[in-house]
Parts: sequence; C-alpha cells; structure tokens
Amino acid sequence: MTFLKINNLSVDYQMRKETVYAAKNVNIEVNKGEILGLVGESGSGKSTVGNAIINLIDEPGKVSSGSVILGDLNIHENSESIVKYRGNKIGLIFQDPQTSLNPILTVGEQLIETIQTHLKLSKEEAKNKSINLLKEVGIKDAEVRFDNYPHQFSGGMRQRVVISLALCCEPELLIADEPTTALDVSIQSQILDLIKKLTKERNLAVILITHDMGVIAETADRVAVMKSGNLVEIGETKKILTNPQENYTKSLVSSVPPTNKKISRFVIVEKENSDKKENNIKILNRWTKKGIIDQDLVQIKNLSKSFDDNFFTESSKNSVMAVNDVSFKIKEGESFGLVGESGSGKSTIAKMIVNLFKPTSGDILFDNVCITKIKKRSELMKFRKQIQMIFQDPYSSLNGRLKVKDIIAEPITLHNPSISTLDLNNYIYDLLESVELTQKSADRYPHEFSGGQRQRISIARALATQPRLLVCDEPTSALDVSIQAQILNLLKDLQEQLNLTILFISHDLPVVRQMCDRIGVLKDGKLCEVSNTEDLFLKPDHEYTRELLRLMPKIESIYN
Amino acid sequence: MVGEETSDEERAELRETLGLMDPIHVQFSRFIINASKGEFGISYQLRRPVSELIVERLPATIELVVISALIALVTGTLLGVYTGINRKGFLSDFVLAISLLGVSLPTFVIGILFIYLFAVILGILPSFGRGEVVDLGFWTTGFLTASGLKAIILPSVTLSLFQMTYIIRLVRAEMMEILQTDYIKFARARGISENSIKYKHALKNGLIPVITIAGINIGTLIAFSIITETVFQWPGMGFLFIQAVQFVDIPIMSAYLVFIAFVFVMINFIVDILYYLIDPRIRVKGDTASG
Repeated sequence: MTFLKINNLSVDYQMRKETVYAAKNVNIEVNKGEILGLVGESGSGKSTVGNAIINLIDEPGKVSSGSVILGDLNIHENSESIVKYRGNKIGLIFQDPQTSLNPILTVGEQLIETIQTHLKLSKEEAKNKSINLLKEVGIKDAEVRFDNYPHQFSGGMRQRVVISLALCCEPELLIADEPTTALDVSIQSQILDLIKKLTKERNLAVILITHDMGVIAETADRVAVMKSGNLVEIGETKKILTNPQENYTKSLVSSVPPTNKKISRFVIVEKENSDKKENNIKILNRWTKKGIIDQDLVQIKNLSKSFDDNFFTESSKNSVMAVNDVSFKIKEGESFGLVGESGSGKSTIAKMIVNLFKPTSGDILFDNVCITKIKKRSELMKFRKQIQMIFQDPYSSLNGRLKVKDIIAEPITLHNPSISTLDLNNYIYDLLESVELTQKSADRYPHEFSGGQRQRISIARALATQPRLLVCDEPTSALDVSIQAQILNLLKDLQEQLNLTILFISHDLPVVRQMCDRIGVLKDGKLCEVSNTEDLFLKPDHEYTRELLRLMPKIESIYN
Repeated sequence: MVGEETSDEERAELRETLGLMDPIHVQFSRFIINASKGEFGISYQLRRPVSELIVERLPATIELVVISALIALVTGTLLGVYTGINRKGFLSDFVLAISLLGVSLPTFVIGILFIYLFAVILGILPSFGRGEVVDLGFWTTGFLTASGLKAIILPSVTLSLFQMTYIIRLVRAEMMEILQTDYIKFARARGISENSIKYKHALKNGLIPVITIAGINIGTLIAFSIITETVFQWPGMGFLFIQAVQFVDIPIMSAYLVFIAFVFVMINFIVDILYYLIDPRIRVKGDTASG
C-alpha cells in the first residue's frame, strides 16, 4: 500500500539573477514497512527532497510546485498545516548527532517538550514514555541518562537519542538524512540495525538519504537515484545496483570500491577524458627516479604518543595513550594502509611520521636514519623534503588567500631557493598537468575549484618536492564516490610511474583494499595485526579485524 | 595643601611627614601595605582620608551604574532578540540605524544633547546633580525621592546607550547564528512551537556570550561613568576622580584606580561562576562522554 506519495515536487531557490532548481518534478512513493534509499552525490538534491516533505527548506528556497500525500492527507495544502505534522506524523533524523541536540537542555527536557507538543500527556506520563523510548533505542540506565546533557553521550548514543526524539510521537514516516555518515562502522551498523528493527516493529515508512551505496545495499528495499535535482532512476535495490538502466547510475555503481575483490583501476563511465588513459606525467623528466631497492623505507619502532590532559600536573595517569607501542615497516615502493575507527590513533601516527608531533617514546627510521632524534633544522629539512602529506579536508588544507601557483611554488622555493622564475613556472605547469589540471588553474584561487580538484592541487603540492614517501590521511573521505574513484586512480598512476611509497590512512576498508599492498589495523592506539591486503580480507587473524570486516557495509550483499 | 604664604621650612616639613622624600621603592611598598589595609592616605586637596571620600561617593556611582546596566541589558537583549528574529522590517532597520548612532556618538555629546532637549527645551528633567537624597546611615540613595528618581534618568540613559547598542548587535548576531544551527532545525522538524524555539532553545544559548560581554562591560560602565558624571555634575566617584586629576591629587587617583581594578577582577570572577551555572558543558568537565 502506498503510504507516502510525492507528486511532481519542485524546490527552487530564487537568486538575484536566476532561479536554481534544487529539485525538479520529483515523483516518489513509499510504502509502510519499507525503507526507500535516496542516493546521489553532493548537490543532487537528495536532502532537499527530504526537507521539502515537511517544508523545512532554508530561505530563499521554497517548494514551488507539487504535492505530498501522506495516507489520504495532502500535507502541503497550506504552510500552517504542515507544522502540525512535523514530529507528529513525520519524524526526521539529521546527519550529525553532535549538533542535532540543544547543548544546554537535558535529553529529558527535549523529549518531554516534544511529546507534550503533540500528545496530551502530563509531565509524569511524558517522562515515563521518554524513558521507555530511550530503552527501546538501546540506551542503558535510561532513568539516569534521562537527566544527562547531550555532551555526556558518545556519538553513537547521541544518534540513538536523536532517533528517540524523532520517534517519540509515534510518526508513521521517518526521514533519515545521512544518519550514519558521521559515525564509525561499528556504530553505523548498530544504528542501521536499529532503524531496520524499528521499521518492522512500528510499521514505519522510511526514507533513508545517503551517499553510501554499501549502506543502501544492506538496508534499503527500494532505491531512488538523484542527480542535480532530478530523479534518475527508482526501483528495487537489487535491480538498480546489479542492472542499472541509466548511464549515471551505472557510473555511480562502478565508482563504488568493491569490498570482495581487488581491481586494478576504477572504471570511470562518465566524463569525456576516458580516452586519455595514457596520462603522460611530465614531471617524470625532472624526477630523479630511484630504482626500487628491496629495503624498508620507513621503520616504526615501539612508537607511543600520549596527550597529557593537564600541562601543570605531571601525573601521567590522566594521560591518554593515543598511540601505544606501535611497530611496523613500510617497504620502498609499496602502499601501506592504516585502518581504524576514529580515535584509533591513525592520524597521530601520520603526524609523527611527518614530524608534526613529537613521539612520547619510540623511534621512526626513514631510510635507516632516525628522524625523531634530529636536532638540526637543516638536517630535518632534508627529510621534510622527502616526506609529504595530503590531508583529508581539501577545503581547509589550502590557503584561500594564495593563488594555486603560489601554493605549489612555496615548497619548491623553500627547498630550492635558487630556482629561476621560468623554470619554476614550467615546473608548476608540469605538476598541474600531472594531476590532470589545466595550466590556467595556476592563476586561480582555491575557492574556484571543486572538492576533487582541490584535492588534486593538494597532491600537486605534495609532489612538488619530489618526495619518496607520501602520507595520505583520509584523502578521499570528504569526496563523492565518483570523484573518489578519480582521485584514487590518479594516486595509483602516480605511484606506479614515480615509484612512490604511500602510507594510506583511512577508515574505509573497501578503499584501503583497492589501494594498499599491506594493511595494519589499529584499535585504541594499538596495532592489532599487519598483513598482506588479500590475506587480511580473506582470513583475518585478529578478532577486531573480523569484527570490522563483518560490519562494513557491502554493496555486494545485494547478490545474496 | 600649601598656600602662598607657607614658608619653605613648613613645605619641607610637610614633604617629610607625607613621606615624599623617601626613595620610590619605599614609598611604593608603604602604599601597598597601607592599601591592603584599606588606607589610601589623605587627599592633598580636600585634606580628608581618601577611603572616607570614596565611601561617601560610592553610592552615587553604584546607583548610576546599576541602573544603566539594567537599562542596557534589558532593552539591549529585547531589541537584539527582536531584530535577530525579524531580520527585515521597518522597526529592525530603525533600531539598527539608531544603534549605529549609539556606537559612534561619544557619551558627552549624547549627554549634552539630552540636557539641551529634556532640561532646556522641554524642562521636564533636571540637568545636573542627584536631586534629594535619603541618608540610610551607610548608604545615601536617590531612589526614595521623586527628584532623585527624576535626576537619575538622563545620566543613566546616557551612560547605558553605548553598552545597549553593543548588546543589541551582539544578541542579534548570536540569535541569527543560532537560528541556523542543526539543533534548531531539528527542533523545527519535531514540530516544537516557534515561540519555544525562539525563546527557550535559541535565546538561552544566545545569552551565554552575552553574559561574558555584559560582565566586562559593567566594568567599562564604571570607567565610562567619569565622563557622564562630569557632564551631569553627578556627585559620584568619577566626578571625584576628574577633580583629583585637575589638582594632581595622587592619593585619590591611585585609590580610584585600585578600586576599579578590584571591581574588574570581581566581575570577571562572578562571570566565570555564572558560566559554570549556565553552561552544562563546562559543569561536567572531566566526566567525559560515556556509553
């Protein structure tokens, strides 16, 4: 039975010069007891549709046409009537549990207020209902936690509170907007299980908005694909993921890193540049390419790092061990992956290797020289030149006040002050072309580029000093899948042609599988196991690795 | 302290008794020791103990500052919330335009304009002084007489204007920012009423920074009161201080400055405690997220 019916829904933003359509003539139907996945890349309008259902579009956007029928009610009849249905008939969950709750009201206060807004219950009854609800979403000691403030809950627990708030007035439709994107895999699977369970028990109609195809494959009954405000395709999840009809869906599905096998390159269906596979890397001429010797380029020995909570009290019992006695080696020319959940210490290790943090104890050997013990600045510079880093967020890792050419020129002139202007410019152009950007990009500013292009600039900057080791800290986590596929392809090409050694840090197991030769698994600052990629995925040794692999959302699960 | 006909011997003797001939560090340590006992010496000009003078003038300044702070906080917050919620509209634009005047016009100009308008042209409010005061023994107050109440209107409004406009703009910016946050959006999505969203969810969060600024500003109000008190001939500490400056009456000046410093420290201390009470995130530090 069709429960929610969205007819010809359009949302537009009236700008000074033009009208931008965030969603155009979208038709979607959702049944009770069904999870509909709504996927698309950033800017595809998937969140807009979710918000438009309850008419919660930010100014100056507005729902310009279409109707939303819930059961037999037209809830968009007028703007006042929609307010009655918010929270009451329709519950909404947002992406980031850290910011969805009011920080200065207790969880209980927020629940009671919501319940009393919609249901005629006394404060005592509302409290009882809230506590039952908190228990239902899996919060232990609900009676005590009821009086806690949001910051006293961990991320996963907070998302449970958010779910209980969305469900507290027994809505029949639940809209979950990227409910697990900000969470670790283990928490993610718990939250998804909870949503699945509630859907069945309460016979909810659910719209699950996400960019993650793995999540869709594991949870959604049907899936709708959106692109730049238009609905591209809608149908059974299995059908869409295994036999997509539209080109866009095909490219989207093929960009998703498979979890069950290793592929050499990502297939980029779309885009005009599919013909220029033979990417000529011009900087090769300048690159003093070293033959790969079978040696360990990086050796990490008993590395530890603790962050003291208090600077003045020297007691080490309060200190947090971010990295605890970690040892591993990276061979020259290989890709080494470090995986782990947030707080596992993977980024801390990266920062110690590039010498941004000083280790509390232990040694880091680069090319058989201990770089943690170097005191002289000039000595250190030699190593800085050989180790470069690419950061996660392409928006904050480039200085917005500098032109691209100045961003790239900075490391070059730092390590080679005598370079001539002409040579410098040519070198910058070569670098830009190597990362598939045009020469014209050099005179533009970072804000003129998209996220993927910015990450290319970051890579060009890292390559400018001709490093031997490239430390990539979650280089694609902030990017859409299709862009991620392009960036990963680029990194693979560069590594192959330049004999780079890569330390690849990620929480995303499928990506790591595609990129790395060997993988180390971190948990709470400790290294669980290190093994060859295929061994790790096929026969993991450590309990925690097995757990991670079991929980990772698999797009292939649809075949079973 | 000396007149035309004071002889050189007498002058020297006076210097000696006042301790002006001692080396600087001796004079300074003597000042610290006495100050810690609440003794700031004798005013050169008025020849009375400074502490006595300050206690005498304190009520006038405190009453002026308290009334101004109340005006600034209450109207500032109200107008700030109004302009933050109704971003467009004639009244908001008007308030913002006026607040620009408040920030840019110097206090003494506003004071003189007020005197000209309300005292000279309209003749409804007194132009100077405190009016009749009632002596309660430890405190003299102008709140109990009609003329005292009338007299405090102009100076307190003048003094509060700058802070008020400051608070309007701060509250407005905070409200606008908070109304865009996820938790307000989530509250809307749950169908919470608009009034509750604005005044319970948003305002409470918005007032946290206001408390800090307001705390610091009360200190500034006391400092600013020098000008207002001079314009309105208000018999408070600021007026006393200005007179002391003219006569190089160092004991009064140093006592006044020590007092102001003390007030600043106390206010900041109180603000920190208020923070602790208002923001739960500070309260439970150390008890980090669990579960």
